[in-house]
Amino acid sequence: MAISTAELRELYEQMLLIRVFETAAEREYKAARIGGYCHLSSGQEAATVGATYALDAEDLLITGYRCHGFALARGVPPEAVMAELFGRSDGCAHGRGGSMHLLDVAVGYYGGWGIVAGQLPIATGLALALVRQGRQQCVLCELGDGAVNMGAWHESLNLAAVWRLPVVFLVMNNEYGMGTSVERASAVTDLHRRAGAFGLPAERVDGDDLIAVIEAASTLLAGARNDRQAAVLELVTYRYRGHSVADPGLAYRTNEEIAKHVKHDPLNRVRALLSEVGVGDDELDALSLEAEERVAASIAVSLASPAPPVSELARGMYAPGSAAQFARMLAGAPFGERELVFAGGLGE
Amino acid sequence: MSRTDTVVRGETAEEVASASEVMTYRDALRLALREELQRDEHVFIMGEEVGVFEGAYKVTAGLLEEFGAERVRDTPISEEGFVGAGVGAAMLGERPVVEIMTINFLLVAMDQVVNHAAKIGAMFGGEVRCPLVIRTPNGAGNQLTAQHSQSFEGWFAGTPGLKVLAPASPADAKGLLKSAIRDDDPVLVVENLAIYKERGAVPLDPEFLTPIGLANVARTGSDITLVAHSFATVRALHVAEALARDHGVDAEVVDLRSLRPLDVDTVAASVAKTNRAVCIEEGWPTYGVTAELAARIQKTCFDDLDAPVERVGMAEVPLPYAKELETAALPRADRIEAAVLATLGLRG
Repeated sequence: MAISTAELRELYEQMLLIRVFETAAEREYKAARIGGYCHLSSGQEAATVGATYALDAEDLLITGYRCHGFALARGVPPEAVMAELFGRSDGCAHGRGGSMHLLDVAVGYYGGWGIVAGQLPIATGLALALVRQGRQQCVLCELGDGAVNMGAWHESLNLAAVWRLPVVFLVMNNEYGMGTSVERASAVTDLHRRAGAFGLPAERVDGDDLIAVIEAASTLLAGARNDRQAAVLELVTYRYRGHSVADPGLAYRTNEEIAKHVKHDPLNRVRALLSEVGVGDDELDALSLEAEERVAASIAVSLASPAPPVSELARGMYAPGSAAQFARMLAGAPFGERELVFAGGLGE
Repeated sequence: MSRTDTVVRGETAEEVASASEVMTYRDALRLALREELQRDEHVFIMGEEVGVFEGAYKVTAGLLEEFGAERVRDTPISEEGFVGAGVGAAMLGERPVVEIMTINFLLVAMDQVVNHAAKIGAMFGGEVRCPLVIRTPNGAGNQLTAQHSQSFEGWFAGTPGLKVLAPASPADAKGLLKSAIRDDDPVLVVENLAIYKERGAVPLDPEFLTPIGLANVARTGSDITLVAHSFATVRALHVAEALARDHGVDAEVVDLRSLRPLDVDTVAASVAKTNRAVCIEEGWPTYGVTAELAARIQKTCFDDLDAPVERVGMAEVPLPYAKELETAALPRADRIEAAVLATLGLRG
């Protein structure tokens, strides 16, 4: 697959942005400016950026909860992602979602979802809607290696096959579901082979090889988009950090194992490719600096962004016009409901 | 609907608009589905056996022939999968009406209903909506035994983000289902196995809608208020007639119609008038719909009450098979009547 130097440079910028963003997110989490769960994807940048790059502008993306990188790669502004992590009004979900529930429908990103495999049935529904609406687009549904042992995986692959839905299930196999290795969790560790049970095409690719990821994802997404051929793409990668920031990531693996993967860092591999085609070190270093500056700016925006007002506690919960439906439920409501929920933008 | 049914048709436009026809609850649901399928191309039905089999309880009979397999879509036995597909399709602007064969089977899709559909509006800050309808019957009384004789609507009604409707009459079966389909939020419409054959006049106007969040005083009375929903309302109305005939008691029956939002105002106005309340439900009362009602009534009508609020529901056991045991466990007329008389101080 021919990728121009300019495109490769752009993808490298995205990978740098994700790496710097995740590093900053960990720092801000430890400074208690980010709360909740915070799942980082450092080490998985080639898989994230490559698969997302293979999407057309009109295609849809839906992911699990390790989603900062996907949001950034899909084009959600870093300040909207960081402000969401900070729980601020300018976050992409207005401070309601946090790290796990990013979304931006303007770029076709239908959310980070927090229940393992819960997004898979929803992905089939997005694909079904595309078919019903006669739109020649497809859905990329990201999941982790742990999700393939959930019932929703089997139900969703089956629906995608029997209804010929334009969806590609992207298994980010980073070798561990939380702290349990694929070997300890899955009877068949070549996870993509499970697609065979549903007669779906599948590929397993080195997820740290950006070009290989783009090639495989492009082929499978084209099949979904053009022929309504659902498929499974397994990208073998590795996360450098723990399951979440709260997990040092060493109870179930060794420093030596992590170091082995860091030696083949996907960013360095792309940097080497760029050097081969003549992009100089000065320029590459400048790209790193730019990523640092963009992330620093996103933090500045987040720090300046106001907290969502308590007067909007119930924002979005129900559709506009619902307030009238709930008007007769005020009587006898639990203590504080009137002030917090009914006056908090319920259905307005 | 049967050709022998009473038809009320007028000559003037006003008379035509107010025309009604006596039909079963089942036929009223089908009429609502047919009208909404005709009105909006985004409306489609999916569920187990809704098409070729014409519905396990025949609600969708004839619709496959009329609208085709794309809009009346048979699914595999895969509730988590196809409820989730409904969620995803709704997020892209479709109006899926998902039939779950009985509410007992909705438990395997609980994650999609409670932890996905209900969360979308609030969790993503109002950036995306989920106009999904799930319709399903609850209830007991046909020796279906422990796993198929339950009423879980209270669980769902206790979930912010969902709306839960429970029509008791054929007219409201049509009017509430249509309101649910046109609503922009996830709505659970709870039907009942015993109620499908109930008959009543149903407005033929395709714009006839029953408002969400508005209870109905199904029978006016002055001595005591019976609060119920779904088939329990049918029971309450029968009991009210028997009480008038046998005991000279004039009972008012409030049919909730909507559980979330809950019309406490209508309940409170009735209790303020009668000073006594018996709340009835098909399900288990502990932590149930009647528990919520009792809490609301004691708070809003504290000074009006002349007796403690009483509750009648299914006996708190997994339903047994033997007819005598099953019958004993149901909220039968004699149990409701005894509760009313005790609350009035006329017995016990």
